[in-house]
Amino acid sequence: MRTLLLRYRSIVALFLVIALFAAIAPNFLSVANFMIMAKHVAIVAILGIGMTFVILTGGIDLSVGSIAGLAGMVSGALILNGISLIPLGIVIYPAIPTVILLVLIFGGLVGLANGVLVAQLRVAPFIVTLGMLYVARGSALLMSGGTTFSNLTGAPEYGNQGFSWLGAGQLLGIPVPVWLLGLAAWIAIFTATRTSFGRRVYAVGGNERAAELSGVRTDRIKIWVYVISGVCAALVGMLVASDLMSAHPASGESFELNAIAAVVLGGASLKGGRGTIGATLIGAAVIGVLGDGMVMVGVSEFWQMVIKGAVIIAAVVLDRLQDKFEVML
Amino acid sequence: MTELIRASAITKRYGGTLALDAVDFAVEAGEVHVLIGENGAGKSTLMRILAGIEAPSSGTLILDDEVVTLTSVRDAAAKGIGMVHQELNLCPNLTVSENIFLSHGGALPDLASERKRAAALMARLGRTISADVRVEALSVGDQQIVEIAKALAEECRVLIFDEPTSALSAAEVETLFDVIADLKHAGVGIIYISHKLEELMRIGDRISILRNGRMIETRAVVAASLDWIVTTMIGEERRIARTESHTGGTEILSIAGAFNVRFNAGEVTAIYGLLGSGRTTLLETLFGARAGGTIWLDGADLTGRPIAERVKHGLLFVPEDRKRNGLFANFTVAANLSLSDLSHLARWSVIDRAQETGQIAAMIERLGIKTASPDTPITALSGGNQQKVLIGRALMPGPKALLLDEPGRGVDVGARAELFETIRDLAAQGLAVAFTSSDLIEVMNVADRIIVLARGQISLDMRSQETDEKAVVAAANRASAPLEIA
Repeated sequence: MRTLLLRYRSIVALFLVIALFAAIAPNFLSVANFMIMAKHVAIVAILGIGMTFVILTGGIDLSVGSIAGLAGMVSGALILNGISLIPLGIVIYPAIPTVILLVLIFGGLVGLANGVLVAQLRVAPFIVTLGMLYVARGSALLMSGGTTFSNLTGAPEYGNQGFSWLGAGQLLGIPVPVWLLGLAAWIAIFTATRTSFGRRVYAVGGNERAAELSGVRTDRIKIWVYVISGVCAALVGMLVASDLMSAHPASGESFELNAIAAVVLGGASLKGGRGTIGATLIGAAVIGVLGDGMVMVGVSEFWQMVIKGAVIIAAVVLDRLQDKFEVML
Repeated sequence: MTELIRASAITKRYGGTLALDAVDFAVEAGEVHVLIGENGAGKSTLMRILAGIEAPSSGTLILDDEVVTLTSVRDAAAKGIGMVHQELNLCPNLTVSENIFLSHGGALPDLASERKRAAALMARLGRTISADVRVEALSVGDQQIVEIAKALAEECRVLIFDEPTSALSAAEVETLFDVIADLKHAGVGIIYISHKLEELMRIGDRISILRNGRMIETRAVVAASLDWIVTTMIGEERRIARTESHTGGTEILSIAGAFNVRFNAGEVTAIYGLLGSGRTTLLETLFGARAGGTIWLDGADLTGRPIAERVKHGLLFVPEDRKRNGLFANFTVAANLSLSDLSHLARWSVIDRAQETGQIAAMIERLGIKTASPDTPITALSGGNQQKVLIGRALMPGPKALLLDEPGRGVDVGARAELFETIRDLAAQGLAVAFTSSDLIEVMNVADRIIVLARGQISLDMRSQETDEKAVVAAANRASAPLEIA
């Protein structure tokens, strides 16, 4: 029983957090509140999915928050300013699905840059993505000179309306971001558990040299996980911009820390090779619910940080205890 | 001569196995006492006991006519026993002086005097190495000198060298021998372990031979012949005549360049050599873990191709250091087995689970891997079975040639016999198999063909019936390697 509690500690933590806030905050268990929380959880969870792949290979991606901010700005610029083809003297305003696709590709390319630096030039992931954190954030500020791209409603004459659906829309009474999380989670779980790529990701994180000697192209695997992470970050950037109908260059700040926290709460090893997408989703739920619950209860912002930090450390301490228990058993 | 230390009737048990059986061994002041024996004969265990790393199960250590108990390496060092390990134990980011005095001093060491003493030690060892240079900037030979200085800084009177020359160049070996001669002159007792017989004959005063944990004989080096050493080391009773043998089929794998070798289908080739002879280099070059050489596999030119492509073409490798380079501790037995074969098992990159499960079960059956279930964590298996899983992984894609680096290492004796039987079976099924080994018996018993390397060159390449242990040992010890091919 004790070990069972430890093994499923993230689920236990989630129920504890929900029960705690349900007891103190009267509106906590309302449908409306759950809808809001679900959107927040989706943001942490989608970043967490990308982060899980990176961490499974033994890497880390500190740049996701900045990529999200930059991707939001890119989507804002595409909607407001379009793509100007200077030699032809015309401006193309892509339709919203095209905007979404372009921004996802953009995020993937930023991730590709991270991946190539890590895998091919063998720079430490921490350093590469720390650098990218600044580069992407700076680029986001440069795009607008530091101001916000507001009112992203588009115009009927340009045929680019409807961006708000992505972040604020609903389908069958459930917010679109939650559907997107469901889709991303399904793809990610299938990829991690059923495909040769997924198996190789675990292999690279478990023992990179052995993977290489077994014929795995470890550099390609490592590049792809950063691409996945970049795409996830771009999606999150658009969700935030769409929800607010404005793109702010500072948006997404410290999102990377929430994503890493979600992965760690899920029990993944930062050394790589151990962890699951499902566990990260629960970790993300804990982070999201904890954050929103504390706001509802009126915990001061300063205390929120202290408590969140304590929860993360407690989770890792439990991890150690779990290892010890398993040795004893 | 005065006796410095004596090990008397030392016995060491590890669980059920007897590593040392009532061994007597002594060193006198100012002598080089050479200790030899095959892998697993108990040399390292005896040295670890003398250096205070391990305690004997029974028996006594006598230091200066007094019975002593060594509780730790620090304790042994304080009593004047130092050891220069085969792998260097230095911190590359620290200076020579900092390394030498790493374990000395209190919270506030006297850095100036340490530097002065380090410089004095370097001078005593006849080297112009600055005490302030970082160890990583030094050659391996100079690092070895620092390691010796570290032992001398303890004012040691007994110094153990465990295969000190395996990583050294010829010139560095000469320097080391000069240092040893000086130390001898100063009255230090030296225990010297090496597989290089030529070296032993040169610097040794006395020679002791261990076999299967028993001290067979101690003699003056002048009274020892190469022939006597090999015979004593191996033991008459263990010489087994080979019964069956595969003759080579068509040529499957070849390398040209630094090494020139061809490997044939249906043949087991053993690559024998002392540490540092280049046997792992040869294997790694073939496999592409190291650049160089023109490599052909069954009509395909694999020169300079990445490992993944070699695997696709059917050239598979089982590395020596299982834990570091082979196993995925985070995987089950099943996932460990199928990794190299995923491209066959997956359609559009989605793994066909039924096919995967079936082939894994078949491989577990084929190699007789003892595991509770395919879903058991790999770490729960014994060394021998882990090794079989690695071989199984290499067999899953249906290879044409299989390279194994020291497959018998870390596998207990019973499992080893079974493992090599498996290797012979694979060759019988038409595979070209090559394995490296530093165990002479293993080489003689398992291989159809033996290639011996010495100093990075092939010094013997013969069918195993046409050669014998003495020829193999002689070839491995050849200084400049003239080719001897049947």
